Amino acid sequence: MNNLVRWQRPVLGTWTGWGQLTDLREEIDRLFETPLAELARGSQLLSNWTPAVDVHEDKDNVYVKAELPGMKKEEIEVTLHEGTLSISGERKVENKVKNSEVYRAERFFGRFQRTVGLPSAVASDKVKAQYTDGILTITLPKTEEAKPKQIDVNVS
Amino acid sequence: MKLMTPKEGQTVAERTKPQEFAAPEVNIFETKDGYVLEAEMPGVNKSGLEITLEGTELTLVGHRTTQTLPGGPLFRESSTADFRRVFELDPAIDASKIAAKMEQGILTLTLPKSEEVKPRRITVD
Repeated sequence: MNNLVRWQRPVLGTWTGWGQLTDLREEIDRLFETPLAELARGSQLLSNWTPAVDVHEDKDNVYVKAELPGMKKEEIEVTLHEGTLSISGERKVENKVKNSEVYRAERFFGRFQRTVGLPSAVASDKVKAQYTDGILTITLPKTEEAKPKQIDVNVS
Repeated sequence: MKLMTPKEGQTVAERTKPQEFAAPEVNIFETKDGYVLEAEMPGVNKSGLEITLEGTELTLVGHRTTQTLPGGPLFRESSTADFRRVFELDPAIDASKIAAKMEQGILTLTLPKSEEVKPRRITVD
């Protein structure tokens, strides 16, 4: 569907084949403009949306960030189970635009799921999640036992 | 004889790194009244958007709000690159009526076609 070129009245003397070459060039440009991490995550042709996830930690918390643009917070599910955090949901195809023809469709819709192993035990009742600008940020406070402790060394 | 050695951290030639951009993914729909373009730019809000129109060339730039997570990184897949993509618009689009809306990282642009271009029924007397 993406390769269909709109018919436009040809201007006298212009080769109409340019349209398709421009599309090819655009595709190659896109290939180089896509950050490598996205390519590594897998081609979207396989119909698998794997949102980018970052995990950070400091001495008090574990932080997880997922890029999920265009969702409603009710559509996002975050579950914590035995040391792994699962982010899943479904981005529904909203046919907001009535009577329309799809000219280009690159965005992915459908179910997704990412599971990350957490580096330390966390207090599941104190986990906070926030969804702003299409980014889901989850803060998981570590349990007291999991926080690094200073151990005094006694010299006798 | 003492050889001149560069000091620690000093590069011989400093080159400014050209800004790298990522292209946002888009969906484009066409109706008889105009076009709707949706661009995915997570981490970008209204204040980070720059939309410019030059003739029939539309440039979308989205600057991410820098939200590096606190603490040390264990695992990083997201990119810090800002978004940029250029489109060649259908000359039938009425540039003065282009509307933009930004919500949860999705920019929705409505580009209406100018009145003269819309299909019109011609009544026969």
